[in-house]
Amino acid sequence: MIGKKVGIPKGLLYHYYHTLWERFFQILGFEVKVSPDTNKNIVNAGIMSAVDEACLPVKVFYGHVLDLAEQVDYLFIPRMVSVAEKEYMCPKLLGLPDMLRACLVNPPRLIDTTVNLRLKNAQIGPVIKEICEIIEVPENEGKIAWCMAEKAQEDYKQYMQLGNLPSGFKSCSGGYSIALLGHGYNIYDPYINMGMIDKLAEMGASVKTKEMVPSDIVDKFASQLPKKMFWTFGKQLVGSGLYYLHDPQVKGIIFVASFGCGPDSMVGELLERWARRSNTKPFMFITIDEHSGEAGLVTRLEAFMDMIRRRAS
Amino acid sequence: MKVTFPHMGSLSIVGKALFQSLGVDVIIPPPITKRTIKLGIEHSPEFACLPLKVNLGNFIEAAELGADTIVMSGGVGPCRFGYYAQVQREILRDLGYQYEIIVVEPPDTHFSELLQKIKYLSNNKPIWQVVKAIRFGWVKARAIDAVEQKVQQVRAREVAKGTADAIYQWALRKIDEGADVKSVLQIQKNTIHELENISQEKDKPVLKIAIVGEIYTILEPFVNLDIEKHLGRLGVEVNRSIYLSEWVNDHLFMGIARLRSGKEAAKLAHPYLRHFVGGHGQETVGSTVRYAQEGFHGVIQLAPLTCMPEIVAQSILPVVSEQESIPIMTLYLDEQSGEAGMLTRIEAFYDLLYRKTDFGKRRMPGERLSRN
Repeated sequence: MIGKKVGIPKGLLYHYYHTLWERFFQILGFEVKVSPDTNKNIVNAGIMSAVDEACLPVKVFYGHVLDLAEQVDYLFIPRMVSVAEKEYMCPKLLGLPDMLRACLVNPPRLIDTTVNLRLKNAQIGPVIKEICEIIEVPENEGKIAWCMAEKAQEDYKQYMQLGNLPSGFKSCSGGYSIALLGHGYNIYDPYINMGMIDKLAEMGASVKTKEMVPSDIVDKFASQLPKKMFWTFGKQLVGSGLYYLHDPQVKGIIFVASFGCGPDSMVGELLERWARRSNTKPFMFITIDEHSGEAGLVTRLEAFMDMIRRRAS
Repeated sequence: MKVTFPHMGSLSIVGKALFQSLGVDVIIPPPITKRTIKLGIEHSPEFACLPLKVNLGNFIEAAELGADTIVMSGGVGPCRFGYYAQVQREILRDLGYQYEIIVVEPPDTHFSELLQKIKYLSNNKPIWQVVKAIRFGWVKARAIDAVEQKVQQVRAREVAKGTADAIYQWALRKIDEGADVKSVLQIQKNTIHELENISQEKDKPVLKIAIVGEIYTILEPFVNLDIEKHLGRLGVEVNRSIYLSEWVNDHLFMGIARLRSGKEAAKLAHPYLRHFVGGHGQETVGSTVRYAQEGFHGVIQLAPLTCMPEIVAQSILPVVSEQESIPIMTLYLDEQSGEAGMLTRIEAFYDLLYRKTDFGKRRMPGERLSRN
């Protein structure tokens, strides 16, 4: 149709919704420009422009946005407030478009529509309408594109739930099952986590992530909490964590959190305490930030895998 | 049943008044000390925010005195304060403390919910007695804030430094001891009168600095290293974006009393931060705008390290600073914060503001007078 460029930064929620987002704009005839895989320049640019106290994934996201800003007509940074009833995203995601607006000089048109499905009966319809108004596309075309894109997203979700990792990661079938828990933008970004999935696969681990647990099981285990976990990812981590804790197939759990992550300081603590109380399998808590060194990580992963191997024999 | 609750500034005076007038056995945790913080950080998650750690220390110290029930407020996110009680319950359980935790949860946090929970705690006292107790607590909260606001003005101008603070501490003790509404109001009146009669340099121009940020760090002097007192000693008049009674009015009384409200502040944030981000993030941005409009000379943002809503606010404040032309400094606080470091930073900030404003300058002939 028009051939205008929509830029999607490859950070934060991209790792969950890339199929949906890319497909949506492609169907509408836009050229979708995704920023390159996280690299040193992107990280450095992000660290320079974000405040020191922000967590690594947010800094990396800044880097991706800066990388794209001058190359595109639209920049897709939706304000993801909530994707499920009575749940929230992290406050930093709620403020993300405003934080970036404060840092960008002369930005392209931002698609910063608010997605808030927190209240009962909240619908995605108005969100699509708003996006269509920004990108000047008839609303009905947008709705059709959305339905098709949503279908693709659902297929991708199913594919992950069958136990597959996203393409490009090594897998080791028949190895020790190790649950690698953490936010998608830390787990599936090999630059941020220093290739943790591949490293574990090379050490003989068959990596399980929270995306491999069907949502009804997540909900069932998360409902054991005395109070509903109000962060969507927090709930997924608790639910899948408890599931893996009870699954005899899984030999150990590694929890990855970025330094300063608010939700994970709570969720990780709860999981760690439960794992210790149940006393059935090893649990390791790894914190990453821009100063993390690869050698230190390798040592810890090796020690963990050695322990798993000894326990199994 | 022996009830306790976490410290936050003068909250203990209000809570004590409320519960004691209902005949509830209250155990106020010992005042926050280095030991409290040590106990807290020992058992808390490493990068949880500071209030969680200090509260946990309060609970452990209160348990040593025999407390067995905790009353605290909750939340539905996205600020992690809403999950404090759950995490603290698990930690206390692993430490072997037998606590019952009563959490006042929104969206049920409104007056009737508060009444019900207090009624339960007080062994089903009649509702009029509960209402009377709440009113008594409220009067004390208002008295403390009225006195404190006066102190914030007097500190900057008093001739003998420390006089206002001595009176303030004495007044806090008296308000705490006050047995009925009438005597509390009398103490409030007398104290304010006394503060006005301290010898002051009335016509001395003073810098006005506002403190904004996360509620716990701005209300609890032990945690913010008594920043207000230090600013006062430098000759700065201080105002805060949140006072205890305003917060109570906003969150528990649904804004019945006509006080300055956080909701108005949130509206002022709109051009810069267009959505609620949890905690007091939006209020921080909005209050900064309001203080700039009210002619304050500078703003200091306080927050516990890793506080998510305040990080959002901090990312946006540079733009507010530029657009509203008001200097802003951000200070993060955690268990490592030291008084000397804080003092150096506020002195530097003070010098900067002093040079920037006209009244601090002895102007040389021919020198241009500019604000920026």
